[in-house]
Amino acid sequence: MTNEQLKQEILRISNVNVTKCMKCGKCTASCPAYDEMEYHPHQFVSMVNNGDIQPLLNSDSIYRCLSCFACMERCPRGVEPAKLVEAVRLMAVRKQGANRMKAEDVPCMLDENTPGQLLVSAFRKYSK
Amino acid sequence: MKVTYFPGCTLKNKARDLDEYARKSAEALGITLEEPETWQCCGGVFTTANDEVATKLSSVRLLKAAAEAGQSLVTVCSACHNVVKQTNYAMANDSAFADRVNRYMAEDAPYTGETKVYHYLELLRDVVGFENLAKAVKKPLTGKKIGAYYGCLLLRPGKVMGMDDAENPRIIEDLIRALGGEVVIYARRNECCGGYVSAESPALAKKNSNLIAENAASAGAELLVTACPLCKYNLEKNGSSVPVVYFTELLAEALGLKEDAND
Amino acid sequence: MQRIGVFVCWCGSNIAGTVDVHAVAEALKNESGVVFSTDYQYMCSQAGQDIIKNAIAEHKLTGIVVCSCSPRMHEATFRKTAAAAGLNPYMVEIANIREQCSWVHKDMLSGTEKAVILGRAAIAKVHLNAPLIPGQSPVAKRALVIGGGIAGIQTALDIADAGFPVDIVETKPTIGGKMAQLDKTFPTLDCAACILTPKMVDAAQNELIKIYSYSEVSQVSGYVGNFDVTIKRRARFVKEDLCTGCGLCTEKCPQKKVPNEFNLGMDTRRAIYIPFAQAVPKVATIDPDYCTMLKTGKCGICSKVCTAGAIDYTAKDEFITEKYGAIVVATGYNPISMEKFDEFAYSQSKDVITSLEFERLTNAAGPTAGKLLRPSDGEHPHKIVFVQCVGSRCDSCAEKGKEYCSKICCMYTAKHAMLTRDKYPDTEVYVFYIDVRTPGKAFDEFYRRAVEEYGVHYVKGMVGKVVPQGKKLMVQASDLIDGKQLHIDADLVVLAAAIEPDKSARPLATMLTASMDTNDFFTEAHPKLRPVESPTAGVFLSGACQGPKDIPETVSQASAAAAKVIGLLCKDHLTGNPCVASANEMLCSGCSQCANVCPYGAITYSEKEFRMPNRTTLMRRVASVNPAVCQGCGACTVACPSGAMDLNGFKNNQIMAEVDAICRN
Repeated sequence: MTNEQLKQEILRISNVNVTKCMKCGKCTASCPAYDEMEYHPHQFVSMVNNGDIQPLLNSDSIYRCLSCFACMERCPRGVEPAKLVEAVRLMAVRKQGANRMKAEDVPCMLDENTPGQLLVSAFRKYSK
Repeated sequence: MKVTYFPGCTLKNKARDLDEYARKSAEALGITLEEPETWQCCGGVFTTANDEVATKLSSVRLLKAAAEAGQSLVTVCSACHNVVKQTNYAMANDSAFADRVNRYMAEDAPYTGETKVYHYLELLRDVVGFENLAKAVKKPLTGKKIGAYYGCLLLRPGKVMGMDDAENPRIIEDLIRALGGEVVIYARRNECCGGYVSAESPALAKKNSNLIAENAASAGAELLVTACPLCKYNLEKNGSSVPVVYFTELLAEALGLKEDAND
Repeated sequence: MQRIGVFVCWCGSNIAGTVDVHAVAEALKNESGVVFSTDYQYMCSQAGQDIIKNAIAEHKLTGIVVCSCSPRMHEATFRKTAAAAGLNPYMVEIANIREQCSWVHKDMLSGTEKAVILGRAAIAKVHLNAPLIPGQSPVAKRALVIGGGIAGIQTALDIADAGFPVDIVETKPTIGGKMAQLDKTFPTLDCAACILTPKMVDAAQNELIKIYSYSEVSQVSGYVGNFDVTIKRRARFVKEDLCTGCGLCTEKCPQKKVPNEFNLGMDTRRAIYIPFAQAVPKVATIDPDYCTMLKTGKCGICSKVCTAGAIDYTAKDEFITEKYGAIVVATGYNPISMEKFDEFAYSQSKDVITSLEFERLTNAAGPTAGKLLRPSDGEHPHKIVFVQCVGSRCDSCAEKGKEYCSKICCMYTAKHAMLTRDKYPDTEVYVFYIDVRTPGKAFDEFYRRAVEEYGVHYVKGMVGKVVPQGKKLMVQASDLIDGKQLHIDADLVVLAAAIEPDKSARPLATMLTASMDTNDFFTEAHPKLRPVESPTAGVFLSGACQGPKDIPETVSQASAAAAKVIGLLCKDHLTGNPCVASANEMLCSGCSQCANVCPYGAITYSEKEFRMPNRTTLMRRVASVNPAVCQGCGACTVACPSGAMDLNGFKNNQIMAEVDAICRN
């Protein structure tokens, strides 16, 4: 796909209006996963707008977003960066053989208190 | 009052306390929780993607079952609540999405978000009323300095969840007050513990959980209450200096039901 | 039969680009009554107007139709042209073939067809036009200024300077407004009080200016030149004429715990109080919400200590009415509530403050006598974080905050940062900004001085979360230039809260029938060419009630509004609009429906004797319209069930003739 096609696909999946962004960076200022991310919420908005999707698809940043929606809640422009991260992550894991997490990974994540909620959520985020 | 009650997967094993105390307390407060005969896991997280239908079907089936029973739907776990409420919001407000779901399910009557979804906390506030709850308290939590830990899923996105001010919530604080406890407010009470990313990056969960626990401790909290099994897990696993309990446990304790529940 | 001339304007290519103007002029020649028809490049130009004047004389025209732009644009022009040629100006009709035709059509054929139809409709109307003569009404030579901040004060001073009496109505116990609360003013750093209080004293001492403080406008009726206004003078329980402002009562009052609104609640005042030392009028006021005497009947200390005998616990609200020729709105602004932005922890820490609170903290007359001290513990802050655009520039879908830029925050924050560094060089200052907006005289230079000479850290980015922890405020923010998330352990956080119109503006706008935008700012009559007039005749706008403004702009607008008021009050009579309603008494059934819908109170009813057959008479209740009050809105003509109400210049038969002409093939 061309950059423009990738962009349109992300916009379709996420239903986000990236042109509303005024580049204040409040999303990135709010992000609790900042230190673990290569690309940060405001960069997702800007890079999607520029059709620069490939670097995002290849980055581990898409697996570090907590989906805590702090960026969405605090954005003064209603841009919803978390939905863009989700759309890029889905584009990545929907590819054949691209599941990030596999059943055989589970046993080494478990301890006696691990709630089912953790595994279910992680599977939904990291696999199709 | 009878309501449809959705416990969700985790409340059936690792978070049994959250479930059992919820049931006991509801009974004492005159609310009958009716668990549907069959239900599926909510999936743990709501997929915000527009084109995801299958991952939201279990929630729609649940919502539809409540609608058919003519009841409101009550959830306790923050994650279940987030998924079910966001799904319900999409069914009510995104007609294209609702149409796709209804075609997929191919049932006689379409579902378009009619069911009223309550979190158990909202039920206490809006149906029981905190004032009435305070009157039902038998063993007030006098002298206990308690901090609410909301985490992210209970409040956000604020527009969809509509439970409370997402930046300055008070519903758990009001519950603590109704139960006779002393409220400790601290700023990180609505910050994320690390959530499911603890599967991928335990370090991130550790850092976030520690920041939250430290902030609560420095504000003087001796106990944290939460509605989310994953929040409790992340905080405890990473060595929170402040003990963490489910809000239903505090509720049952104040209503004098705690001993019964352990029988 | 009328003799009608038709004048089709090209408006350069604005009309001629999409409408075949020659074809329109030709087609309209065939309409009944048309004795002359032509087209010209710019009908509004001198040459174009001469064509109209010559045609009126040469062809003995009794009515003319100009096919041109909107009547809002040039109806007045062409009416004057007609009058100059000896034709009654109300025999002119405009067919709007620009805004309603050429600008909305792309294709010449349909544009031309529609222009012909619009022209035909106007011709049909002119056939039924009758000459109208406008009435005249006198002008009450007194102005009312609502709001006693710097905008209202400046407007009042300028009007009084021209020799006209002015009344200022101010809701607070003193005039002075927001400017009285400020410390220094950008970009020249004059002390606000030093430049404001002389103006307050000037206003108080000017014989032509009357100040109604602690008062509000409760009712407005009438129209330009003749407004009747009721002013509610709230009971202040202190006789203004007797009180000397000695302040003894405010020292002796035992009720000490009243939040002091002048210092934004950062300290307390007594139940009887004078807001600040230079208050005008310098008169005490009793706060009935806190006064023990008024609440329980037991105390009376202020009355005992007052040597002037000015205390009156039995005082009641008083209402006075006055006639005004012009009204100036100067109701100002307030910072928005920070309630919905608790990510900045405003509700959680006393050390998170708004910029206006910061002004009070640095003001020599403020709660800390001008020493910058943390509200929580009175310690000197060593690290201060300023956050810009809190609640400004928000998209409506974010459901909190305002969509507009509040305009003043960039400059006052630069001022705060600079003054802090100047007075306390040991204090580190960070300013988080989205854009620094400094479009004013010597503004950008001022901001650059803050950065270059005073070493203020300007960071392009925003604060996401403030966490009070121990004695510190942990600020989590983005630095978009360096690509970092910053964590600053600040001692004080200052929020540049968006500003919004004062809450009194909305009900006032309803009383004045003045229009507002969706943000409750008053709307100006034209955003560029009539910026200080409201669309309602005789109502003028001054200061931030019309939009966010700094002091220099406010003062300019205040003087501009005064100039407009003076222009109005100089006139002895105003020429009215003859297109007003009138009642046909023979058809009127006296049902009152017209009076019920009239927004101007122009319709009254009276019993009238009518002759009946066989020399009998009948008393009937009928409507009559006061042409001086009627604004010609036409609401009554629609409401009237018997068709007795008609609007001159827009009579029912004229409108129907237009419709018929449009429908005719």
